[in-house]
Amino acid sequence: VTGHPAEGLYVSTGSPLHRLPAQVKLVALTAFVLCVVATPATAFWAFGVYAVGLAGLITIAKLPPATVLRRLTVELPFVVFALLLPFVATGPRIEVLGVAMSEGGLIGGWNVLAKGTLGVLAAVLLSASTTPRELLTGLERLRLPAVLVAILSFMIRYVSVVSGDLQRMRIARESRGAPAGRTGQLRAVATGAGALFVRSYERGERVHLAMLARGYTGTMPALGHTGATGSDWARGMTVPLAALLVTITARFLR
Amino acid sequence: MHVPDGFLDVPTSIATGALAAGAVGVSLQRANREIRETGPALAGLTAAFVFAVQMVNFPVGAGTSGHLLGGALAAALVGPWTGVLVMTVVLLVQGLLFADGGLTALGTNITLMGVVTVVVGYVVTRAALTVLPRRIGSVVPSAATGALLSVPLSALAFTGLYAAGGSVDIPLGKLAATMVGWHLLIGIGEAVITAAVLGAVVATRPDLVYAARHLRQDLVLVDEQGRTSTVAPDRPVPAVRPAGRSLSYGLAITLLIAGVLSLFASAHPDGLEFVGEKLGFGGSAKDSATAGSPFADYGVSWIGNEQLAGALAGILGVLVTIGVGLAVAKLSSLRKANRAERESEPSGA
Repeated sequence: VTGHPAEGLYVSTGSPLHRLPAQVKLVALTAFVLCVVATPATAFWAFGVYAVGLAGLITIAKLPPATVLRRLTVELPFVVFALLLPFVATGPRIEVLGVAMSEGGLIGGWNVLAKGTLGVLAAVLLSASTTPRELLTGLERLRLPAVLVAILSFMIRYVSVVSGDLQRMRIARESRGAPAGRTGQLRAVATGAGALFVRSYERGERVHLAMLARGYTGTMPALGHTGATGSDWARGMTVPLAALLVTITARFLR
Repeated sequence: MHVPDGFLDVPTSIATGALAAGAVGVSLQRANREIRETGPALAGLTAAFVFAVQMVNFPVGAGTSGHLLGGALAAALVGPWTGVLVMTVVLLVQGLLFADGGLTALGTNITLMGVVTVVVGYVVTRAALTVLPRRIGSVVPSAATGALLSVPLSALAFTGLYAAGGSVDIPLGKLAATMVGWHLLIGIGEAVITAAVLGAVVATRPDLVYAARHLRQDLVLVDEQGRTSTVAPDRPVPAVRPAGRSLSYGLAITLLIAGVLSLFASAHPDGLEFVGEKLGFGGSAKDSATAGSPFADYGVSWIGNEQLAGALAGILGVLVTIGVGLAVAKLSSLRKANRAERESEPSGA
């Protein structure tokens, strides 16, 4: 996890993509990824088109490529899986560079790799161009249950506080000469985590009482009026619509 | 173990999405009462806690490391329903703010890491608790067992989903064996951390452990005459009265204060506090399921003894009113206000 925990991957550039309401970006990018996932793995050209499209969006959003590429590491365990697929999968074998590989496995590995990478790129695009607060508003607009939005907002607000607690406890532990061995460290970390839970829980209680004292009645006041206009939706949905066109073409050309 | 986009086909992703939405919906309904009592802040901070603890890696072996999933731990600490919500929120944040786990795989990830781990963790914990001696300490090995099993079973569920919606035919038996074997190792780490965290919580605040609520000892209350009575501490005690009543109550008090009678209004809270202290309910509320918020014992003194509270507060109110009323009776302009106050007295108490 890079950056400040409360900010996610947000990179402020003030691009048109940043200004688009969060609910539009959420729906558009999810629909886009759904099109990518529905594309047959053998339509190689289609994935090229998707990649070019995403690269275009990343350019429009003025995101630093290094940040985007660094985030791709989250899919590493599945890259390993994808690389193993040609060797473990069943079915007819073909010779690649003198090594017998499963044909289905090769295509399957490519499938996981291509779709996974495009999916992470789309998710990075969303998280780098949307602040947590905008995301909350967007989710609220998309009718996510109010209780869930409230829990989410508290989590986002306090995750840096709790992480800070964890950090301070670690520094305090180490400056007191905590056991350095593996088992000793595990025990110390776990005991610290227990104390952290009690702290977090009690903080939650205090926050709730403070909210009640300020007149909290069970629903949060609206986070702001950030409704999306028709033109916002029109601009946002061009991306998944173009992707849908590519998906349909790819399915028919097969 | 965050599943990326495209790992499972579209129908499977949509099916797991619907499953996750259903599970979250049921959890929202079942956790509604708890969340109304304790507020969303508490669940949010528990989610922040799980998120923070997930960042701590532990070595699994062969140079790799695993991290806590936290489902079983959350289930033991805050209960299965709130636990599912907490894990859902953690996964939402990871998927939407950190690009960890695909957008279309969000439902899959919530099902695997939010629902399966919490449900398995909680069911195993409760099952183990029925076998082990009825002590609060038993919750530690029980939850550890739950944590140990929750990870490989989640991996097994993943294998099942792959069988249904995976793109490549690979020997499923081999995949299942590899996944379960590997995640059993991670499960051991999960179990160790869960046990240690729970052990620390049981040592300091055993009342916070949801899975062991029924194991808390009965409270012994001693009244002024020296008679003792026992009260079960885990009897659900709503800290906040249903909105309707507290609203009308608040309205009545607000009207009183806002009106001409703000002079006498202080008689009311005094009466209430007196009753609450006299009945000595602060102690039981402190160890109750809803934890020791002042709000809790306020609520108990009210609900449990409404009539007595009403009578005492009423008598006090009338006495004070008569005293002050005599003093102000000289001012003829306040006659109207006096009548209004006498009318509102029963509802105020």
